[in-house]
Amino acid sequence: MSTKQNLVNWIDDRFPMTKVWNEHLAQYYAPKNFNFWYFFGSLALLVLVNQILTGVWLAMMYKPSAADAFASIEYIMRDVEWGWLIRYMHSTGASAFFIVIYLHMFRGILYGSHKNPREMVWLFGVVIYVVMMATAFMGYLLPWGQMSFWGAQVIVNLFQAIPLIGEELSVWIRGDYVISDATLNRFFALHFLLPFILAALVFLHIVALHKVGSNNPDGVDIKKNKDENGIPKDGIPFHPYYTVKDIVGVVVFLMFFAGIIFFWPEANGYFIEKPNFEPANPLKTPEHIAPVWYFTPFYAILRAVPSFAGTQVWGVIAMGVSIVAFFLLPWLDQSNAKSHRYKGPLFKYALAIFVVTFAILGYLGVVSATADRTLVAQLLTLIYFGFFFLMPAYTRETSDKTTMAKIYFAAMAISTIATLYYWWLFDGGADGSLLVKLIVTAIAAGHFVIFGIKPWLKPEQSSPVPERVTE
Amino acid sequence: MSEGADLKKRRFLTATTSVIGAVGVVGVAVPFIASWQPSTRAKAAGAPVEADISKLGPGELLRVKWRGKPVWIMRRTEKNLADLETLDPKLADPASDMPQQPDYAKNPHRSRKPEVWVAVGICTHLGCSPTYRPEVAPEDLGPDWLGGFYCACHGSRFDLAGRVYSGVPAPTNLVIPPYQFLDDNTLLVGDDGGAA
Repeated sequence: MSTKQNLVNWIDDRFPMTKVWNEHLAQYYAPKNFNFWYFFGSLALLVLVNQILTGVWLAMMYKPSAADAFASIEYIMRDVEWGWLIRYMHSTGASAFFIVIYLHMFRGILYGSHKNPREMVWLFGVVIYVVMMATAFMGYLLPWGQMSFWGAQVIVNLFQAIPLIGEELSVWIRGDYVISDATLNRFFALHFLLPFILAALVFLHIVALHKVGSNNPDGVDIKKNKDENGIPKDGIPFHPYYTVKDIVGVVVFLMFFAGIIFFWPEANGYFIEKPNFEPANPLKTPEHIAPVWYFTPFYAILRAVPSFAGTQVWGVIAMGVSIVAFFLLPWLDQSNAKSHRYKGPLFKYALAIFVVTFAILGYLGVVSATADRTLVAQLLTLIYFGFFFLMPAYTRETSDKTTMAKIYFAAMAISTIATLYYWWLFDGGADGSLLVKLIVTAIAAGHFVIFGIKPWLKPEQSSPVPERVTE
Repeated sequence: MSEGADLKKRRFLTATTSVIGAVGVVGVAVPFIASWQPSTRAKAAGAPVEADISKLGPGELLRVKWRGKPVWIMRRTEKNLADLETLDPKLADPASDMPQQPDYAKNPHRSRKPEVWVAVGICTHLGCSPTYRPEVAPEDLGPDWLGGFYCACHGSRFDLAGRVYSGVPAPTNLVIPPYQFLDDNTLLVGDDGGAA
C-alpha cells in the first residue's frame, strides 16, 4: 500500500473522511438536468466566504465607537494598504449576496423545491435569509454615516410600534434612548457573530438537502428509478460533474463581481448610499432616506399601510407577515406537480406577476412617497400577499378546500375590500389622481377574481409529471 | 429495562432536575439580557439641559440636544398663534387628547407660555427629524400651508404646535418634553420640578 493510502486509512479509522467525501460529493447523486438556475446555491456559499474573510480583515482596522467609526472607515479607504479593495469587496459582497439569494429563492419557487419532501430545506433557507437581513442591517450601521444612523433609527423604531412593550423593547435594543455609541458597539459584535451562525445554518440546509436529495427542473423524484447498483438512473455524482459546472459559474460571477468592485462600487448610490459619505448627525435627518435596495420591497409595504386607530403597528405587522409568508410557502402550494413546467398556467402568471411586483415595490421603497405612488404601493402590497395567500386557491386541484385555505381566502377578500373602501369611501383616506385610483381599483379587483374566485370555482389541473427527467 | 430500576422515580428525578436546570438557565440569562439596558452613563446623559432663549427672536427655532434627541425651542409670532386655531379641522388630534405632552402643555398652543414652544423634534412615525418649514404656502406643501414641520422621510406634516395633520403616516402629535422656566430667559428641558 502506498504511503498516501496508509495515511487515508489512518485518518478513516479515526474520522469519517472518505465516508463524508463520498456521501456528500463523490457519491452524492444529483439529477443530471440541472440548468442555469442551479448556479446560485454554490455562489451564495462563495459570497458568504467572501463576506466572512473580508469582514474579519475589516474588523482588524475598524473601530466600533461613535467617535471613531466614521474616521476609521476613511482610514481603511485611504491609508490601509489595499484597504479600499477589501472594503469594496465587503460592501459589494453584501449586495451580491442578496442578488444571488433572491435568484436562488426564485429557482426554488419556480421548480417547487419547497414542496414535500423538501420543506425542511426550504425552512432552513428562509431562516438563513432572515438572519442575513439582520446581519446586513447591523452591518450598515457600522460606517456611522448619515444613512447608517437614520436608517437604524427608523428600523429600530419599528419595534416601538408594538403595543405595550414597544417603547421598552426599542430602548433595550439600542441600549440608549437614541441610536448611540452603545448601539453601534453591540451591532458590531452581533454583525461579527451572525455570519458564523449563518455558516452553521448553511450546514443544516445542506444536511437537510442531502437527506432528501436535490430537486430538479422537472420536479421528478430521481430516487424512484434506480439501476441494479442502487444508483439513480437520472443522477450523476456531484463531484466531479457539478463541482466543475459550478466552477464555471464562479468564474463568470467573479467577472461581474470584480467589474463592479473596480469600476462601480457604489452602484450610483444603490450599494452605498450617498448620504453615508457624511458622518452621522443625530440632530438632522437627510432630505430623503431609504434603506439599501435589498430591503426596499418590504419597506414599501411598511409605508403603504396607513396608520389607523392612533397606531402605525399595522404597517409593521404587514411587513412582518410579508417575510413570514415565505415560511408558509410549502403548505400554501397545494399543486400536485412541483415544477412550474407541469403546473397549470395560473401559477406561472402568479409567479411572473409576483416577480414584477417585488421589483416595483423595490423601486417604490427607494423613491420618496407621493399620493399616486402610495396608491400603487397599496395595490402591489395586495398582490404580494395574494401570491401567497391565494395560492391554496389557485394551486389546489380539487374543489374541497382546507380550513386554512378558506381562512387565507377570507383574509385576502377582506383585505381587498378594505383597500377599496379606503381608496374610495374612507374619510381622510387616499389622495391621488382619479385616473390612478381607477386603474389600481380595476387591477386589484381583477387580480382577486382571476387568482382567488375563478380557480376556487373551477380548480386548475396540473399535467402529468414524466417518469424520468427530460433533457 | 434493567431489573430493579424504579422508572417512576427515574422520571421524577429527570423532571425535577430539568426544572431546576431550567431555573438556572433563566437565572444566568438575566445578566446577559439586562446588560443591554441603558447603562448608568447613558441614563446620566439623559439629565436635563439648560437653554438660554434670550436671543431667540420671533419665528426663530433653537435646537438643543437632550437624551441625544433634538429638542426644538421656538418663539412663535402672534400670527402663528392665531393661525393655530384655524387649523383644527385638518388635524388628527387638535385638542391634544393623546398623552403626548405633560398636562401643562395640553392647551391650544401646547406650551407653558403661549409664544415659547418646546418639543422633541422626532417624528412620531419612525423617528426622523422633520424639517422646519415656517414659510406660508410654499410650492411643495400646497397653498393651505401656514408654516409647520414637514418630515421628508415619509411625508408627515405638523403645525407650529407640533400637532399632526390627519391622513399622514404619523399617528400622533409631536412629544412635548417636561420642562420649566428657571427665569424668563432660561429653560430647563427634561425636568419640570415634578409638576405633572
